Amino acid sequence: MSVVIEYAPLLGRGLLTTLLITMLGIALTLVVAFAAGLARLSRFWLLRAPAYVFIEVFRGTSMIVQLFWFFYALPFLGIEFTPIAAAVLVLGLNEGAYAAEVVRGAIVTRPTGQTEACIALGLSPAQRMRRVLLPQAIPAMLPPFGNVFVDLLKATSLVSLVTIVDLTFTAQSIRNETGETTAIFTVILVMYFILAMALSLLTRWLEGRFAIDRSGRPALTKPVIGGQGAIPA
Amino acid sequence: MIWSNEFALEILPVLLRGLWVTVQLTLLGFLISLVVGLVVAVVRFAKIPVLSQLCTLYVLFMRGTPLLVQAYFAFYVLPAYGVTLSSFATGVVVIGLNYSAYTAEVYRSGIEGVATGQWEAATALSLPPRSTWNRVVLPQAVRSVIPVLGNYLIQMFKDSAVLSAIGVIDLMRAANTLGSSSFRYLEPFTLAGLLFLIISYTASIGVKRLEHRYAPAH
Repeated sequence: MSVVIEYAPLLGRGLLTTLLITMLGIALTLVVAFAAGLARLSRFWLLRAPAYVFIEVFRGTSMIVQLFWFFYALPFLGIEFTPIAAAVLVLGLNEGAYAAEVVRGAIVTRPTGQTEACIALGLSPAQRMRRVLLPQAIPAMLPPFGNVFVDLLKATSLVSLVTIVDLTFTAQSIRNETGETTAIFTVILVMYFILAMALSLLTRWLEGRFAIDRSGRPALTKPVIGGQGAIPA
Repeated sequence: MIWSNEFALEILPVLLRGLWVTVQLTLLGFLISLVVGLVVAVVRFAKIPVLSQLCTLYVLFMRGTPLLVQAYFAFYVLPAYGVTLSSFATGVVVIGLNYSAYTAEVYRSGIEGVATGQWEAATALSLPPRSTWNRVVLPQAVRSVIPVLGNYLIQMFKDSAVLSAIGVIDLMRAANTLGSSSFRYLEPFTLAGLLFLIISYTASIGVKRLEHRYAPAH
């Protein structure tokens, strides 16, 4: 255990890198998820088709292959990223592809009555999505998003294989230096575990915060679109 | 330096050999996860004091830590306690145990989905617990989750590439070795990605068919 105390500052720095990559990855995942998920639902095949191909390609190959591809193969095509940028990009695109299916799934599973009511009220497709479907779909997305975020956190350990000094990389280099294995790897396993638990507690809290119906009473006591003139005649 | 078909054809046999290792690794690991996951799910469901809580902790911990770090742990720490396994065997055990936490959750949903009437009927017929599980509950529970298990098999196939980090000579490792020995990374990694894509995309279409076939009959 003394090794862990001695190398605590180093592990701390590794942890910060892991956290930074996780947070940037989550931000990019959300952007990608909504962009690709909504594009999959578009009326125009020019948006639908590329989104479908993107989602299937990124879900169909291993993240580690994608990471190495971005890191080692892409420079041959003349495109080069810094290691951190490549890592965040791969994490965001990969988990974003999974999360895009969450977005799409949450929207298409809204009751058809909602869509029919929007049409009856003369809302445009954009209004229907923004004012009615999305506000209902987002609470439904949160639990699966929580899983995606935990997956992303765990996947950040792969960036240690492309020279980024994260928690896993730090543990490996301490092992190389001191020959200590059990203590170091136990400690980082526990650290990842605590982070994963914290992340899922956070999403659980958000679920409660954004639940459509927090009291158990019917959700919509007030009309969604209040006041006259909200709907252009 | 751009894509060379000649080089791509030259390295394809090596990559296919790596792919074969990946397939073996996945199938053996899946077997472990099917068995261990079932045991964990049944123990958790049976609410045996201490043992059930330990199983819950096992599931949480396995799902809350990265596969790569688990693999490092098994690969570096176990030999210190006299357990020496080849990297392939370590890989099979690690990915099998990792996914057993997921399959345990899948089985659990299957077991919970079995109608209470089935349990009551088993009690009414005074079936012993073993027969209740083996003859009544599990056949229905497992059947209903076969497509979900299929999805995890595909996920496992892709995740197994992580185990190249502990020296398993799989598809990923083969691509990496080819790249570093020739200083051409574009072809090996692109081909590796394509091989993963072709197999997992085809398999996911197969799983969709299964979903159709094993849809609960009402």
